[in-house]
Amino acid sequence: MYKLWASIKKEFLLLTRDLGGLTILFVMPLVLVITITLIQDSSFKSISKSKIPVLMVDNDKGKISSTIFEELKEQALFDIIIKDTEEEARDLVFKGTYQLAIIIPENLSTDLEKKINQNVEGVLAEFGLEDEENPSENNEISIKEVRLYFDPAIQQSFKTSIKSGIDKMISEIEAKSIYKAFQEQLSDDETEVSFNSEKFISFKEITPKLNDDEVLPNSAQHNVPAWTLFAIFFIIVPLSINMVKEKSQGTFVRLRTNPVSYATVLGGKTAVFLLVCLIQFVLMVLVGIYLFPSIGLPTLDVSGKLFLAFIVALFSGFAAVGLGLLLGTVANSQEQAAPFGATFVVVLAALGGVWVPVFMMPNFMQIVSNLSPMNWGLNAFYNVFLRNAGISQIVPDLILLFLFFLITTLISIVYNNKKNAV
Amino acid sequence: MLQIQQLSKKYKGADKVSVSNLDLKIEEGEIFGVLGPNGAGKTTLISMLCSLIKPTSGSFKINGLNYSENKNELKQLIGIVPQEYALYPSLTAFQNLSYFGSMYGLNGKQLKEIILHYLEKFGLLEFSNKKIEVFSGGMKRRVNLIASILHQPKILFLDEPTVGVDVQSKNVIISHLQGLNKQGTTIVYTSHHLNEAEHFCTRVAIIDHGKIIIKGKPKELVANHKNAHNLEDVFIELTGKELRDHV
Repeated sequence: MYKLWASIKKEFLLLTRDLGGLTILFVMPLVLVITITLIQDSSFKSISKSKIPVLMVDNDKGKISSTIFEELKEQALFDIIIKDTEEEARDLVFKGTYQLAIIIPENLSTDLEKKINQNVEGVLAEFGLEDEENPSENNEISIKEVRLYFDPAIQQSFKTSIKSGIDKMISEIEAKSIYKAFQEQLSDDETEVSFNSEKFISFKEITPKLNDDEVLPNSAQHNVPAWTLFAIFFIIVPLSINMVKEKSQGTFVRLRTNPVSYATVLGGKTAVFLLVCLIQFVLMVLVGIYLFPSIGLPTLDVSGKLFLAFIVALFSGFAAVGLGLLLGTVANSQEQAAPFGATFVVVLAALGGVWVPVFMMPNFMQIVSNLSPMNWGLNAFYNVFLRNAGISQIVPDLILLFLFFLITTLISIVYNNKKNAV
Repeated sequence: MLQIQQLSKKYKGADKVSVSNLDLKIEEGEIFGVLGPNGAGKTTLISMLCSLIKPTSGSFKINGLNYSENKNELKQLIGIVPQEYALYPSLTAFQNLSYFGSMYGLNGKQLKEIILHYLEKFGLLEFSNKKIEVFSGGMKRRVNLIASILHQPKILFLDEPTVGVDVQSKNVIISHLQGLNKQGTTIVYTSHHLNEAEHFCTRVAIIDHGKIIIKGKPKELVANHKNAHNLEDVFIELTGKELRDHV
C-alpha cells in the first residue's frame, strides 16, 4: 500500500512540475467548450437575428412572386436582393458572393391561377356546379419550376432546411390559391368566407419535465457534457507520453528491477490522472454555470443532476485512463503515442456521437459506435443532463465504462509481463 | 553469491549470440569486473542478471535464488546502477531517492535518514532540493548510484558507472563503492576504464563475442602475459586492436 501511495505522490509531483503542461491540460478543454458553444449558440442566433442575403430573380412579376417576396421578408430570415437575370444571380452564387438565389419562373401567377381554376372547375363540374358564364380555357399548362442556386460551399443540412422552408412556403401559397378559387366559384360575394384557410394541424414539442417544470435543452446542456467527455478522453495523450517518457529516461528500467508490481505503478498513474479528469469536469461545469451567462451563453443547468454527472465523469475518467495506460504500455516512443492518442480520441468522439448524433449515422457505423466508450459516456451524460434520468438508467453505461477500464488495464499488465518476462 | 551456468542470449533477428554458454561463479564480497570491447555482451549479461531480459538458455542463481521462483525476494537483494541516468529530471534529488527507496519498502523517518546520509556522503546534501535536470553529469551519476544502494543490496550490478564523469566524481564513486564492498556488498561491474578496473576489482573477466576469454585477479593476469605492463595490454593482446563498432 505504501508503494502505491509513493507512486501516487511521484505522479502528482511529475504532473505539477510541468506547470505549462498542466495549464494546457485544464485550460484548453475550457477554451474548446467555450468556443464550440459560442459558435453553436451564435450560429443559432444568427439564423434568428441577422439576415441571410438571398438573390431573387422575378420573371413572374405577378401576385405569386410578390407573395413569395413578402413571405420571405416576413420570415425575417432573409434579406432579399432583386436581380434582373438568372445568369447574373447564378454567377454571384457560384462565386460564393451569395449563398442562395431563387429564380421565379415566367407566368407563375397566371399559370397557377389557370391550373387551379381548371382543377376547381373540374371538381365542381362533377357535382354539377360548373360556372357556365366564365368557363376556363382547358389548355395544357406546363409544370412550373422555381429554381434554386446554392453556393457549393454551404453545408447539406443548411441546403436541406432552406429547400424544405421554401417548399413549405410555396405549398401554402398554392393551398391558399386553391381555397380562393373555390371561394370565387362557390360565392358571388368575395367577402363571404366559405373556407377557413387557417392551419388545422399544429405541432407542439413536449420536453422532459423536472418537478413539473418543463426542461428546455440548450446549447450548454449539449456542449458541456460532450466536450467534457472529449477533454476527459484526451487524457490518454499526456498519460501515454508520461509512460513513454519513463521508458526513454530509463526510470522504467529501474522500476523493473525494483520489487514493485506493474499494477502498483499503473495504480499511481490511475489515481492522479483520474483526479485530473475530475478537475477538468468540475472546471467545465463551473464555466457552464458561471462564465457562460456572463458571455451571453445559456447557463448550464445542473440542478439535481450534479451528483450523477460527477459519477458519469468518474467512470468516463476510468475508461479514459485505462485506454491511456494501454497506449502508454504498448507505445515505444512519443512519436507513436502522441499522434495515435490524439487521432484515436477524435475517432472515438466521432464514433461516440459527439459531432454527428449516432441515430444519423449509417447502420453499420451505428453498430460500431456501440463499441466506443465515448458513446457510453455521452449517452450517460445526456441521460443525466437532457433526459433527467435516474441512477438506474445510467448504470448500464457506467458498468461498460468500468469494464473497459478493467479490460484495458488488464491487457496492459499482461502485455507488460509478457514482454518483460524473465 | 552468484552462480551462472551455460547462460546464453540471442536477440531476435540477430546473426550471432550476444552471450554464449557462459559459466561464472562470483563469491560473496568480491568486486568483480566484467570487461570487454563494445558489443562483447557485457550489458546483455548484466541485464539478464538484473531480470531486464530473458536468457535464451542456461540459468543463474543469486544467493541461491532464481527469478522464476523468488522474483521479489531476489529483487530486494540486488541493486542496479544502469548505464543511463535512470532518474526523473523534473523531480529533485531527494524526491527521486524517496520514490525509489519507497519501492524497496523503505519509508518515513528511516528512509529520510538514509537518503540524507548518502546525499551527504556523496557531497550532494546542499543540492538535495534541486531538480535533477540542473545537475552535472557527475552529480547525476552519484544520485543514480545512491538510488540503487538505499536498500543496502547484497549484490550491486553497475553498468559503466563512471562513464562521462569528471575525475573528482569518479574518485568519489569508486571510493564509496569500495566502502560499500567492505560493508559486505558484492559488486559486479562493467567498464571500459581498464586502469580503473585494474585497481578497483578483486577479480575480472574479459569477455568477447559473448564468451569469457580469461578471468582472474588483475595482477595475476598482467603477470601471466609477458609483454603486458597493465590490464590494458592484456586486454589488447586478447581482443585485438581492430575497431568493434556494432549496431
